[in-house]
Amino acid sequence: MKITEKSNGNHLCISLEGRLDTTTAPELEKVLSGSLEGVTELTFDMGALDYLSSAGLRILLGTQKRMNKQGSMKVVKVNETIMEIFEVTGFADILTIEP
Amino acid sequence: MKKLTVDATVENIEKVTAFVNEQLEQLNCPLKAQMQIDIAIDELFSNIARYAYNPKTGSATVHVDVLQDPLSVVVTFIDNGKAYDPLAREDPDVALTAQEREIGGLGVYMVKKCMDEISYEYKDGRNILRIKKKI
Repeated sequence: MKITEKSNGNHLCISLEGRLDTTTAPELEKVLSGSLEGVTELTFDMGALDYLSSAGLRILLGTQKRMNKQGSMKVVKVNETIMEIFEVTGFADILTIEP
Repeated sequence: MKKLTVDATVENIEKVTAFVNEQLEQLNCPLKAQMQIDIAIDELFSNIARYAYNPKTGSATVHVDVLQDPLSVVVTFIDNGKAYDPLAREDPDVALTAQEREIGGLGVYMVKKCMDEISYEYKDGRNILRIKKKI
Protein backbone atom coordinates (compact mmCIF):
# COMPACT_ATOMS: atom_id res chain seq x y z
CA MET A 1 0.00 0.00 0.00
CA LYS A 2 1.17 3.50 -0.79
CA ILE A 3 0.40 6.30 1.66
CA THR A 4 0.71 9.95 0.63
CA GLU A 5 0.27 12.81 3.07
CA LYS A 6 -0.57 16.37 2.07
CA SER A 7 -0.72 18.98 4.75
CA ASN A 8 -2.22 22.46 4.44
CA GLY A 9 -2.36 24.35 7.72
CA ASN A 10 -4.56 22.31 10.04
CA HIS A 11 -5.90 20.21 7.17
CA LEU A 12 -4.27 16.88 6.48
CA CYS A 13 -5.15 14.72 3.48
CA ILE A 14 -3.99 11.11 3.46
CA SER A 15 -4.25 9.30 0.11
CA LEU A 16 -4.24 5.52 0.13
CA GLU A 17 -3.33 3.33 -2.80
CA GLY A 18 -3.58 -0.47 -2.98
CA ARG A 19 -4.98 -2.63 -0.19
CA LEU A 20 -5.55 -1.73 3.43
CA ASP A 21 -5.46 -5.10 5.16
CA THR A 22 -3.80 -7.04 7.98
CA THR A 23 -0.39 -6.78 6.31
CA THR A 24 -0.48 -3.09 5.44
CA ALA A 25 -2.58 -1.63 8.30
CA PRO A 26 0.46 -1.21 10.60
CA GLU A 27 2.03 1.18 8.04
CA LEU A 28 -1.01 3.44 8.17
CA GLU A 29 -1.18 3.21 11.94
CA LYS A 30 2.43 4.37 12.12
CA VAL A 31 1.81 7.34 9.82
CA LEU A 32 -1.28 8.38 11.78
CA SER A 33 0.42 8.11 15.15
CA GLY A 34 2.89 10.77 14.10
CA SER A 35 0.71 13.04 11.98
CA LEU A 36 -2.52 13.95 13.76
CA GLU A 37 -1.16 16.40 16.29
CA GLY A 38 -2.91 19.77 15.73
CA VAL A 39 -4.94 18.50 12.77
CA THR A 40 -8.54 19.74 12.85
CA GLU A 41 -9.59 18.58 9.41
CA LEU A 42 -8.61 15.12 8.23
CA THR A 43 -9.42 13.65 4.82
CA PHE A 44 -8.82 10.10 3.69
CA ASP A 45 -8.67 9.94 -0.10
CA MET A 46 -9.57 6.37 -1.12
CA GLY A 47 -9.64 7.00 -4.86
CA ALA A 48 -6.83 4.53 -5.49
CA LEU A 49 -7.65 2.08 -2.69
CA ASP A 50 -8.83 -1.32 -3.94
CA TYR A 51 -10.36 -2.54 -0.70
CA LEU A 52 -10.04 -2.62 3.05
CA SER A 53 -10.53 -5.38 5.58
CA SER A 54 -11.45 -5.14 9.27
CA ALA A 55 -7.85 -4.21 10.04
CA GLY A 56 -8.52 -1.02 8.07
CA LEU A 57 -11.93 -0.48 9.69
CA ARG A 58 -10.27 -0.70 13.09
CA ILE A 59 -7.94 2.18 12.17
CA LEU A 60 -10.75 4.26 10.70
CA LEU A 61 -12.84 3.79 13.83
CA GLY A 62 -9.97 4.69 16.16
CA THR A 63 -9.11 7.73 14.06
CA GLN A 64 -12.77 8.84 13.87
CA LYS A 65 -12.99 8.66 17.67
CA ARG A 66 -9.86 10.77 17.99
CA MET A 67 -10.99 13.31 15.37
CA ASN A 68 -14.40 13.64 17.09
CA LYS A 69 -12.43 15.24 19.93
CA GLN A 70 -10.13 17.48 17.93
CA GLY A 71 -11.94 18.36 14.71
CA SER A 72 -13.53 16.56 11.79
CA MET A 73 -12.78 13.69 9.48
CA LYS A 74 -14.10 12.66 6.10
CA VAL A 75 -13.54 9.86 3.65
CA VAL A 76 -13.66 10.63 -0.07
CA LYS A 77 -13.64 8.81 -3.44
CA VAL A 78 -14.80 5.45 -2.11
CA ASN A 79 -15.22 2.66 -4.68
CA GLU A 80 -18.21 0.29 -4.85
CA THR A 81 -16.56 -2.60 -2.99
CA ILE A 82 -15.46 -0.35 -0.14
CA MET A 83 -18.86 1.38 0.01
CA GLU A 84 -20.52 -2.01 0.40
CA ILE A 85 -18.16 -2.83 3.27
CA PHE A 86 -19.04 0.47 4.95
CA GLU A 87 -22.74 -0.28 4.50
CA VAL A 88 -22.80 -3.83 5.86
CA THR A 89 -20.64 -2.92 8.85
CA GLY A 90 -22.60 0.20 9.77
CA PHE A 91 -19.56 2.38 9.04
CA ALA A 92 -21.59 4.28 6.44
CA ASP A 93 -23.44 5.87 9.39
CA ILE A 94 -20.32 6.49 11.47
CA LEU A 95 -18.11 8.04 8.81
CA THR A 96 -18.64 11.18 6.78
CA ILE A 97 -18.39 9.87 3.23
CA GLU A 98 -18.21 12.30 0.32
CA PRO A 99 -17.75 11.83 -3.44
CA MET B 1 -9.00 -28.87 -6.75
CA LYS B 2 -5.90 -26.82 -6.00
CA LYS B 3 -4.19 -26.88 -2.67
CA LEU B 4 -1.55 -24.84 -0.84
CA THR B 5 0.01 -25.58 2.54
CA VAL B 6 1.96 -22.85 4.31
CA ASP B 7 2.91 -21.84 7.84
CA ALA B 8 -0.06 -20.11 9.42
CA THR B 9 1.52 -16.67 9.78
CA VAL B 10 0.31 -13.16 9.02
CA GLU B 11 3.22 -12.83 6.59
CA ASN B 12 1.78 -15.66 4.49
CA ILE B 13 -1.62 -14.01 3.91
CA GLU B 14 -0.16 -12.47 0.78
CA LYS B 15 0.97 -15.87 -0.52
CA VAL B 16 -2.45 -17.40 0.12
CA THR B 17 -4.19 -14.46 -1.56
CA ALA B 18 -1.94 -14.73 -4.63
CA PHE B 19 -2.61 -18.48 -4.82
CA VAL B 20 -6.40 -18.05 -4.68
CA ASN B 21 -6.36 -15.10 -7.10
CA GLU B 22 -4.46 -17.18 -9.61
CA GLN B 23 -7.35 -19.66 -9.65
CA LEU B 24 -9.94 -16.86 -9.80
CA GLU B 25 -8.25 -15.23 -12.77
CA GLN B 26 -8.48 -18.47 -14.73
CA LEU B 27 -12.24 -18.36 -14.15
CA ASN B 28 -12.50 -14.73 -15.27
CA CYS B 29 -13.89 -13.92 -11.85
CA PRO B 30 -15.38 -10.39 -11.70
CA LEU B 31 -13.10 -7.96 -9.86
CA LYS B 32 -15.61 -7.16 -7.15
CA ALA B 33 -16.12 -10.83 -6.21
CA GLN B 34 -12.34 -11.31 -6.25
CA MET B 35 -11.84 -8.39 -3.88
CA GLN B 36 -14.54 -9.75 -1.55
CA ILE B 37 -12.84 -13.15 -1.54
CA ASP B 38 -9.48 -11.46 -0.88
CA ILE B 39 -11.01 -9.65 2.10
CA ALA B 40 -12.39 -12.97 3.39
CA ILE B 41 -8.91 -14.52 3.12
CA ASP B 42 -7.43 -11.61 5.05
CA GLU B 43 -10.00 -11.99 7.83
CA LEU B 44 -10.01 -15.76 8.12
CA PHE B 45 -6.34 -16.53 7.56
CA SER B 46 -5.23 -13.76 9.93
CA ASN B 47 -7.45 -15.31 12.63
CA ILE B 48 -5.83 -18.71 12.05
CA ALA B 49 -2.37 -17.12 12.08
CA ARG B 50 -3.03 -15.34 15.36
CA TYR B 51 -4.98 -17.89 17.35
CA ALA B 52 -4.88 -21.46 16.04
CA TYR B 53 -1.45 -22.42 17.34
CA ASN B 54 -0.71 -19.49 19.64
CA PRO B 55 1.93 -19.19 21.10
CA LYS B 56 3.46 -21.80 18.80
CA THR B 57 3.18 -21.90 15.04
CA GLY B 58 1.82 -24.56 12.74
CA SER B 59 0.67 -25.00 9.20
CA ALA B 60 -2.58 -24.33 7.41
CA THR B 61 -3.88 -25.70 4.14
CA VAL B 62 -6.03 -23.78 1.71
CA HIS B 63 -8.11 -25.53 -0.97
CA VAL B 64 -9.81 -23.90 -3.91
CA ASP B 65 -12.67 -25.81 -5.53
CA VAL B 66 -14.81 -24.73 -8.45
CA LEU B 67 -18.49 -25.67 -8.69
CA GLN B 68 -20.68 -25.34 -11.76
CA ASP B 69 -24.32 -24.25 -12.09
CA PRO B 70 -24.07 -21.63 -10.84
CA LEU B 71 -20.34 -21.07 -11.21
CA SER B 72 -19.00 -20.76 -7.67
CA VAL B 73 -15.71 -20.88 -5.86
CA VAL B 74 -15.26 -22.68 -2.57
CA VAL B 75 -12.22 -21.79 -0.48
CA THR B 76 -11.49 -24.10 2.45
CA PHE B 77 -9.10 -23.29 5.30
CA ILE B 78 -7.82 -26.22 7.35
CA ASP B 79 -5.59 -26.12 10.43
CA ASN B 80 -4.70 -28.56 13.19
CA GLY B 81 -4.77 -25.95 15.93
CA LYS B 82 -7.13 -25.38 18.84
CA ALA B 83 -10.78 -26.03 18.08
CA TYR B 84 -12.37 -22.65 17.38
CA ASP B 85 -15.65 -21.88 15.68
CA PRO B 86 -15.52 -18.28 14.45
CA LEU B 87 -19.19 -18.47 13.52
CA ALA B 88 -20.30 -19.13 17.09
CA ARG B 89 -19.61 -15.57 18.10
CA GLU B 90 -22.55 -13.19 18.26
CA ASP B 91 -22.73 -10.65 15.43
CA PRO B 92 -21.63 -7.13 16.41
CA ASP B 93 -24.22 -4.36 16.77
CA VAL B 94 -23.59 -2.34 13.64
CA ALA B 95 -26.06 0.39 14.57
CA LEU B 96 -24.01 1.98 17.37
CA THR B 97 -22.27 5.37 17.16
CA ALA B 98 -18.49 5.67 16.73
CA GLN B 99 -17.93 6.26 20.45
CA GLU B 100 -19.94 3.18 21.40
CA ARG B 101 -18.50 0.92 18.74
CA GLU B 102 -15.93 -1.73 19.37
CA ILE B 103 -14.20 -3.50 16.59
CA GLY B 104 -14.29 -7.13 17.72
CA GLY B 105 -16.07 -9.64 15.55
CA LEU B 106 -16.36 -7.31 12.60
CA GLY B 107 -14.07 -9.29 10.31
CA VAL B 108 -16.04 -12.52 10.42
CA TYR B 109 -19.28 -10.54 10.22
CA MET B 110 -18.06 -8.92 6.98
CA VAL B 111 -17.22 -12.32 5.56
CA LYS B 112 -20.70 -13.62 6.44
CA LYS B 113 -22.27 -10.68 4.64
CA CYS B 114 -20.09 -10.81 1.51
CA MET B 115 -20.01 -14.57 0.90
CA ASP B 116 -22.94 -16.73 -0.19
CA GLU B 117 -22.17 -19.46 2.34
CA ILE B 118 -19.82 -19.97 5.24
CA SER B 119 -19.51 -23.13 7.31
CA TYR B 120 -17.32 -24.51 10.06
CA GLU B 121 -16.65 -27.99 11.35
CA TYR B 122 -14.15 -29.56 13.69
CA LYS B 123 -13.25 -33.01 12.48
CA ASP B 124 -10.37 -35.38 13.25
CA GLY B 125 -8.54 -32.68 15.19
CA ARG B 126 -8.85 -30.16 12.39
CA ASN B 127 -10.65 -26.85 12.06
CA ILE B 128 -12.32 -26.75 8.65
CA LEU B 129 -13.68 -23.40 7.60
CA ARG B 130 -15.30 -23.07 4.21
CA ILE B 131 -16.56 -20.09 2.23
CA LYS B 132 -18.52 -20.17 -1.00
CA LYS B 133 -19.02 -17.34 -3.46
CA LYS B 134 -20.96 -17.30 -6.71
CA ILE B 135 -18.96 -15.62 -9.44
